[in-house]
Order: sequence, then structure tokens, then C-alpha cells
Amino acid sequence: MKRIYCAASLVSLLFAGLASAAETINAAGASFPAPIYQKWFEEYKAKTGVAINYQGNGSSAGIKLLTDGTVDFAASDVPMTDDQIKAVKIKPLHFPTVLGAVVLTYNIPGVTADVQLSGPTIADIYLGAITKWNDPRIAADNKGIKLPATDIVVVHRSDGSGTTGIFTDYLAKVSPAWEKKVGRGNSVQWPTGLGGAQNAGVAGLVKQTPGSIGYVELIYAVQNKMGYASVKNAAGKFVKPSFEGVTAAAAGMKEMPEDFRVSIANGPGDKTYPISSFTWMLIPSQISDPAKKKAITGFLTWMLTEGQKDAQALSYAPLPPAVVAKEKKQIALIK
Amino acid sequence: MASTAAAQPQLKKTGSTGFLSRLRGGDEVARLITLLFATSVLIVTALLITELWVSSGPSREKFGFSFLTSTTWNPVTDEFGAWPFLYGTIVTSVVALLISVPIGVGAAIYLAELAGGAWSDALTFLVELLASVPSVIYGLLAIFTIVPMMREFIGPALKTVFGSVPLVQDLVAGPVYGVGYLTASIVLAIMIFPYIISVSREALMAVPREQREAALALGATKWESTWQIVVPFARLGIIGSVFLGFARALGETMAVTMVIGNDNNIHASLLSPGNTIPAILASEFNEASGKLHPSALIELGLVLFLLTLILNGLARLLILVTTRKGSARA
Repeated sequence: MKRIYCAASLVSLLFAGLASAAETINAAGASFPAPIYQKWFEEYKAKTGVAINYQGNGSSAGIKLLTDGTVDFAASDVPMTDDQIKAVKIKPLHFPTVLGAVVLTYNIPGVTADVQLSGPTIADIYLGAITKWNDPRIAADNKGIKLPATDIVVVHRSDGSGTTGIFTDYLAKVSPAWEKKVGRGNSVQWPTGLGGAQNAGVAGLVKQTPGSIGYVELIYAVQNKMGYASVKNAAGKFVKPSFEGVTAAAAGMKEMPEDFRVSIANGPGDKTYPISSFTWMLIPSQISDPAKKKAITGFLTWMLTEGQKDAQALSYAPLPPAVVAKEKKQIALIK
Repeated sequence: MASTAAAQPQLKKTGSTGFLSRLRGGDEVARLITLLFATSVLIVTALLITELWVSSGPSREKFGFSFLTSTTWNPVTDEFGAWPFLYGTIVTSVVALLISVPIGVGAAIYLAELAGGAWSDALTFLVELLASVPSVIYGLLAIFTIVPMMREFIGPALKTVFGSVPLVQDLVAGPVYGVGYLTASIVLAIMIFPYIISVSREALMAVPREQREAALALGATKWESTWQIVVPFARLGIIGSVFLGFARALGETMAVTMVIGNDNNIHASLLSPGNTIPAILASEFNEASGKLHPSALIELGLVLFLLTLILNGLARLLILVTTRKGSARA
């Protein structure tokens, strides 16, 4: 069955390549939403015949390719900075697509219960200021759990990543010390700890190293059935990461700015999971080729309506209706 | 029929002029083609240096020579220094050599001089097989075997043995994570020792039979002839094998990235995590943004290139010096 499917898709790929070479659109960027983007592009192609090639080679790589004019549009887990936007010849527009979250996973010998952590504590662990699992500040949030006197081994990403961007943005919001000493970025100067490549590298190090703590994407943790910590949100409630928590974070957002460049880390709301973020497609505001313009705007409209229904099945949180309505207006700005 | 008829007058014509006759003979063609291939090496090297030099421009202008000594690597504030990576690259490679040179040369002596024919051939075949294993496989094996062994056994053992010895204790200080400089060195040692064995063995085998026979005739034991006559005779090849291993250790990327811990800070302890130039290039290049970050990474590549150049120069120098000594003694 599988083989027939493979053969069929190969054949269809071949024909698609022959038939609509002119209609092919190239895009690149964030790896975190790549699974849903691939599914979207596949469905959209089946529906309209427009082929969109997507390379999930990283947010910064996507922005670089967009700046060089190598791709028709890009995708990123963190919004572009003003300088980055200025560097692109045709001003790009931000279109939020779905939401995701970053979770903290850990390996504490002898502890099977779910651990609860507050933002400043996480920041101090990653700053190297809290070094033992039985530190009073961790213990205060975890009454009833007997924490060992084990050394904390901090694990972070070794490669530049939008996941790191989302995580450090959150830490900078909850800890002035973090903002001052480290700051936010897809790559930062980590004061301490081990680096692992990609989600798998971080997860592997955490699994292997007793006393370790690391951060991965929610989807990765769910797919690999890893345990993860509840995090205290701005309302003072501990929330276990989930799609509901991420959706609540988006709904709690007071106002979406005109350019959609917004961080919802540590947002308000009782049910909000605080380390949540939008992920964006970066679309040029001017597309000279009319066929490409039609294809891209058509895709965006479809993505905001039909496409959103795919989100939950693939473990992403869909956009709140207010954001969808606002984005539909922005599509008209593409000239 | 038609083809031979066509070839016939051509033969006559080319036979009359010098250049074309040599062309026909193939010598000139072969010379031109091989010359083209040989210069392509030069061209590629020149392009490589130019590209590294030009692309690292913004970083070179901003940091100057302090790039080599600065320990800050901060993509957020755009401050970059190469020292943690230069240090990690040199330390892991040198420690790897310390481990693998005695083992490699010892094994080569056994295979070339002491082992029997079939047995030696079988072992050599296995060694050459080891040399062709992709480095990512060594990395994976290390994650599942050497890293846990380091954490549970080797690291704690080193701490108990050397933990209170002055000077040495700093090398084993701090917590044992399993990943780190020493783990990377061990993986590198395993990866380069097939090269050292192979090349050293070839060098030892190339020593003329008369050398051994003369030593034995003078009453030397088998080991005395091996150690005092054959090994010194083959020293150039052995030194060559060591530098080949060193160069490979300096440039190794995947296996090191997987086990070194990727910490951009410098630690004195060999049990601590660190980073190397190839490892940080592999980790950060794809997501490097802005002007300075990619440029600083390319300058790291330039530094690595210069490091291998200097190393090659040293190898030549060493060979020159030892050859003079050898000839003076003779």
C-alpha cells in the first residue's frame, strides 16, 4: 500500500514538474512550523495546482534568502527587526500562521512528579545562579516533592534557532538580570551549560544526563512523550504546556499591532501558558509576477480559512479569529 | 572502409609538423590535460583564500588581532572572539595525539615487524576498514558508549586518582557531564589512529631488508633491530603519519560537535564541555544573521586554515631538521 502511494506521489511529482514549472514558488525558513507548512503546500497544490517548495532550514536562513531575493517568501519564528526589514529591497509583511510553545524538560533522579517552575527561577537556573535541584526557590514552588541535592546541568541549543529566540525572549521579559547579561536572540552567549544540536540533541542530552534541564518545542515533546514542567504565568497560576494554554496566550493578547510583529511571551490570562509564540510567514509587499502574486495571495486566504483546520491535528494552536480577520485585510496590501 | 581512408591522409599531414606529431602521439595532450588538473588545485586554493579573506572583511576590520585573543562570543551584542574555539581545537587535537600516537605507532610496529604474514594482512585490512567509517557513526557510537562511560566511570576515576595532585588536579576539576574536551579527544584518537597505523606501517615495511639483516648479523635481538634500526630509519614516514592524524583531528566536525558539549566558554578542566572551530561553524553558520556574525564565523574558518598551514610548515621543518641530523650521524 505504502509502496503504491510512494510510486504514485513520485509519478505525480514528475508530472507536476513537467506541467507547471512556471507556477513553482520557492520559500524557506523556520523549521518549527515546517511539518504543517508541508501539509498545507501539499493540500493547496492538490486543490489549485500551485506548487510551493519549502525548505525548513531555519528562521535566520530564511530571512537571509529573502534579503538576497533567492526565495519568493520566507518564514520565521521570531519577527524581523527594523534593520532586517530595511535590508530587504521590497518591504516584507508579517503574516502569523499558527502558534507554538517552548517547554522545559528535565531529568531529576528520583523525581517522577511534575515539577513546577516560575520564570525568574528558570532564568536564574540558565544564568548559573541556581545550581542545585533542592535550592529553596525551586522547593518553594514544589511543595510535596522531595527534590535531591543533585547539581543542575543546564542544556541549551548549540545551533541558532527560533526556539532559542522564543525562549530567551521569555526569559528577558521575566528577568531583568537575564535581559542585561544575556538578552534575546536565536543564538546567545550562554553563561553556562551544555549545547545540543536541534530538539533531538537537547532531548538526548537531557535523557542521558542526571540532573539536567533543557528546552524543546512543545510539538517535539508531545511527539516523543517527554515529561515537561508547568510554568507560572503572569496571573500567578502554574500552567502545564498544552494547545489550550497556547490558544489562551493568543486570546489574551490585548491588541495586535498593525505590522503583526508581537511577542506574546508572559502574556495575561489565567489559562495562558507563558512561553508561547506566533510563527510568521514573511511575504514581500510587492510581487511583480502577476501569476505568483495570485498564487501567494490565494494561498494566504486559503491558509487563514481552510488551512487553520489542520493545525490541531498536527499539534499546533490555530490563530484566534480576530487575528485571522486582521490578516485578511493585510492580504489586500500586497501589490 | 571510409574511416580508414579518412584517417590515412591525416596521418601524413600531422607527421610532417613537430607539434602536431607529438600531439598525435598523445604526449602533448597528456601534458596539457594533466597541467590543467594540476593548476585547478592552485586555482581552488587561491579562490578559497580569497573568499575567506573577503567575506571575513567586516569582522577583521572591527576586531583586528583581538579577534584571536578575545573570549567573548556574543551574537546578541555582536562581539566575537576566536580564543575559546582555537583553544578547544588545539587541546582536543593534541590530547587525541597523545593517546593515539603511542597506540598507533606500537600497532604499526607489531603489524610490520612482528606479526606473521596472514595475521598481519587480516589486521591491516580491519584497520583500513576503520579508516573508512564515516565520522557521524563514530559520533553516534560515542554518544551511546563513551559518553556514559566517561560520566559513570572514567571521569570519577580520573578525579579520584588525580583530584589531589597539584597542577594536574585542575585538569580534572568540576562536575563530570560525560561530554567535554576529553570525550572529544578520545573519539578523535579512535578516529585518527587507523591513519597513523596505516601510514606508519607502510613506512616500516619500506625499510630495506639489508638494514634488518645487518643488525641481526651484528648480534642484535629482533626487538633491538626493530627499535634501534628499523624505526629510526622509518621516522620520516612515522612523523608524516602523526601530522596526517593531527590535520584530520583539527578539521573533524561531526563527531566532535556531538560529544564536546558545545559550551563557548573556556574551562581548564578536560572534563568540562567546550567547543572547537569546526563544531561552532557547523552549529551556527546556518542561523547566523546580520553582517558581523557570519563574517566572524568565516574568519574562524580562515583561522583554522592558517592553523593547518602553520602545522604543515612545522611538519616540513621537523622533517628537514631530523633529516640533517640523520645524515650528519651517517
